[in-house]
Amino acid sequence: MTVTTSAGGAGTDPVRPDDEAVLEVTDLSVDFTSEDGPLRAVRGVSYTLRRGEALGIVGESGSGKSVASMAVMGLLPKNARVSGSAKVLGREVLGLPDSEISKVRGERIAMIFQDPLTSLNPVYTVGYQIAEAVLAHRRVGRARAHERALELLRLVGIPHPEQRVKQYPHELSGGMRQRVVIAIAMANDPDVIVADEPTTALDVTVQAQVLEALNAARRETGAALVLITHDLGVVAGHVDRVAVMYGGRVVESGPVQEVFHSPRMPYTLGLLGSLPRLDGDRATRLTPIRGTPPALNAMPAGCAFAPRCPMARDRCRDEEPALSATDAPGHTAACHYSGELDGVGPADLFGDGTAAAGRERTRATGAPVLTVNDLVKNFPIRSKGLLRRKVGEVQAVSGISLELRERETLALVGESGCGKSTTARMLLRLIERSSGEIVYRGQPLHDLSPRRMRPLRHELQIVFQDPFASLDPRMTVADLVGEPLRIHGERAGRARERAGDLLDLVGLDPAHGSRYPHEFSGGQRQRIGIARALALQPKVLVLDEPVSALDVSVQAGVINLLEDLQEELGLSYLFVSHDLSVVRHIADRVAVMYLGRIVETGPTERLFREPTHPYTQALVSAIPLPDPVRERERERILVTGDVPSPADPPSGCRFRTRCPKFAHGLSEGERTRCVEEPPELLDRGSGHRDACHYSEAVELL
Amino acid sequence: MSEKTLPDTGPRARAEAVGGPERTQMQMIVRRFLRHRPAMVSLAVLAVITAFAFLGPHLWAWDHRVHGEIPPSVPPGGDHPLGTTRAGHDVLGQLMRGAQQTLKVALTVSVLSTVVGSLWGAAAGYYGGRTDALMMRVVDVFMIVPLLVMVAAISGTVRGGTTWWAVSLIIAVFSWAQIARVVRGVVLSLREQEFVEAARAAGASPWWIIVRHLLPNAAGPIIVAATLLIAVAILLEAGMSFLGFGIQLPDISLGRMIDDARTAATTRPWLFYPPGVLLVVICLTVNFIGDGLRDALDPRQTMERR
Repeated sequence: MTVTTSAGGAGTDPVRPDDEAVLEVTDLSVDFTSEDGPLRAVRGVSYTLRRGEALGIVGESGSGKSVASMAVMGLLPKNARVSGSAKVLGREVLGLPDSEISKVRGERIAMIFQDPLTSLNPVYTVGYQIAEAVLAHRRVGRARAHERALELLRLVGIPHPEQRVKQYPHELSGGMRQRVVIAIAMANDPDVIVADEPTTALDVTVQAQVLEALNAARRETGAALVLITHDLGVVAGHVDRVAVMYGGRVVESGPVQEVFHSPRMPYTLGLLGSLPRLDGDRATRLTPIRGTPPALNAMPAGCAFAPRCPMARDRCRDEEPALSATDAPGHTAACHYSGELDGVGPADLFGDGTAAAGRERTRATGAPVLTVNDLVKNFPIRSKGLLRRKVGEVQAVSGISLELRERETLALVGESGCGKSTTARMLLRLIERSSGEIVYRGQPLHDLSPRRMRPLRHELQIVFQDPFASLDPRMTVADLVGEPLRIHGERAGRARERAGDLLDLVGLDPAHGSRYPHEFSGGQRQRIGIARALALQPKVLVLDEPVSALDVSVQAGVINLLEDLQEELGLSYLFVSHDLSVVRHIADRVAVMYLGRIVETGPTERLFREPTHPYTQALVSAIPLPDPVRERERERILVTGDVPSPADPPSGCRFRTRCPKFAHGLSEGERTRCVEEPPELLDRGSGHRDACHYSEAVELL
Repeated sequence: MSEKTLPDTGPRARAEAVGGPERTQMQMIVRRFLRHRPAMVSLAVLAVITAFAFLGPHLWAWDHRVHGEIPPSVPPGGDHPLGTTRAGHDVLGQLMRGAQQTLKVALTVSVLSTVVGSLWGAAAGYYGGRTDALMMRVVDVFMIVPLLVMVAAISGTVRGGTTWWAVSLIIAVFSWAQIARVVRGVVLSLREQEFVEAARAAGASPWWIIVRHLLPNAAGPIIVAATLLIAVAILLEAGMSFLGFGIQLPDISLGRMIDDARTAATTRPWLFYPPGVLLVVICLTVNFIGDGLRDALDPRQTMERR
């Protein structure tokens, strides 16, 4: 039943849904037994998936979105109690014995997990693993199965499949492994593909490739798709219907355009308002949802969202609303007062009044505070064995120049492995540079001894990405926040006092200072990290992916806090991030890095409006917009392949191996220049500079 | 702390009421330890044994020496509740003295080698590179030279036994290396954590980081290694005594007593079982106390246990 349609444009529905239900979930509940009593992870979830349809399930961490699908697949641990019904093509699968359910898994449902490394067998070649799946479902010879494996790899967009089939999973990059998993799923010829956060671990340009492969898989097999993700943008572009989960329940579901444009549940509205958007107005303040999601062992009596909902009334606290129809067809919402949400925007409901006016960015950015000239970092690769000779170098950062001005936010953007975090750490001398200059207010930092550097730590501080790893679990919060003061010789009592003030400054209760980090949620911990960085009253704050580990609704609160602090304390931020939407919202200027070099830099507004470097263009067009209509209509510039190894970067322009312009838009003679001559970072007017021999502006938004 | 996370006060919102009274770190650790039942029972038992070992000799009629009035090889009962040896020792008197010497040796060894080993291992792990290689080669030397062979070699030059202090010192010299290796391994992974980098960014010196961050976070493995070491030290001391270097007659230790009674286990069980059982009980209690300490020092442990 292989239906091969021609490869159409990205993002459009490849398959026409019809009415036969392939997966029907009714009143599914999952409880886990735990020491703290039963954890009610999923509570009465129902949905129907029709043939060829794509359903998106969105929710923050702990909303039960993954557990619900794992329950259908029979993949939950033994301490889970599952009730309700799940029918695959009319056949009940809940409660089936292991041998039966694995047959269903193999033939009817294919699952794609977040981490592709664990779903592939490391001791077989990828070709063998795909061929195995083909042989399990078709009576063909080995040679034919091998041919089919090649064909499938080509379908999911893996270049040079003839070479790749002979490779082992560890030899492939994360994006390629995920595409191999998709190829295996296709070989199984399933009716349903369940993809659980399939692109969360991947970079945006690779994410675009994997989502494209997923589309190809649906075209090829005609399978229905359940796409589980926290990313509203991914959902907007790739599904027909969406279900929003909160506190273990589906709180809103409907056609994707309907839900995105006129949400009928305050939580959905809040999520959309918390999201910094690539296509939004930069001056609009984000509207975070207050509070944190409920603990699974202590669900509120009424609506699970009531404690965080600005609309909540007495009825909401007593009575849990059922998922009921709204005025639009197929659109359901679990809110007593969903009718009141007609025409209400996120700012009306979640805004704090002051924000609605919008903030004026009239920051007179002053003199340069921190200047970096031609900074280089090479990590030696050493041979194994006793001598540990140097056999090569990883060129993590290859000659970067930056200038951070007073009261300014400069964003350093790039995909993983581009050297942005290494650069950030070198500025603080947490990693020693190989060569280059770092100057802070006229004073060179790069050759100071650790002892001479210590007083300057007052001026430059850092906030880390992972709010779990960056706080010592054995210290109380007050000790943590006061520690920098103690290091610089402050008395214990005075340090504790200051710690209280600092906690207050970042919006935490100073009385919680005697608690330990694990008692706080992710967003609160990140605030603790910020309070600690501010303890020495620095002038420059390096923010290394400060919000990427946080859920959307919490992330918005931290972003607002950072903006307020900058305003209040006159800080300069170096904001390292891979998330262009956040960067566009918070930064004044942006520098885009690729493989250790800056490829484009300029004022935020201009850089996003008309990026000139092909890499920036690809990055911007790869960010999914949380808007179903615009997301499906946008022009895309796709890049192929993966980032080359920084141990052996390409000659000339480092981006040329993936550059769409190099591949399609240049003559032979022009290409020679890209191969032989590394492009310089040249000014294209008003501070906008790029490093491309053949740059030209493209409007993407 | 019943709740997993605290209520978020929202962006820049003012403080709300705290749940639960504020306690200092020390009070919390003590509270958590007090609630660890096996550890508390063990602590009580160890206290009794310690009193028995240190106060007992002052109260009991016989000490650990040979006395003419003591009849040889009498089974337990009457004047000698635990019987007597062939040479004319009172076994109860010997047991008290033996437990005392053994406790002294075991605790001294444990403290000495844990302190030295932890600092050495943490420094090696934190500095890494050449320093690490050099420091760990020193550790290797101490690990590969067999203690008993060394002792046998030295004992040729030292006559007439030594005090418990010298014995402890020798055992410590040869056992800190194990702790150092364990701690280095833990520190190697800990030092890559972002909270260590955060401390460096705040200007902390290496020793500040080692003492404030690395060692507290390595407390679990350190305590486990230290409690195991106590058992090992007791056995090593017995072995050394056998070779003629440890505590010598007429002074006595538990190891020594067990060693002397090896052949009498079936014929005169009263010589073998009292020191044997006491030794096992000491090792067990120390292990449970170690467990309790490890849990109490870890703030992530829930306070209610068992």
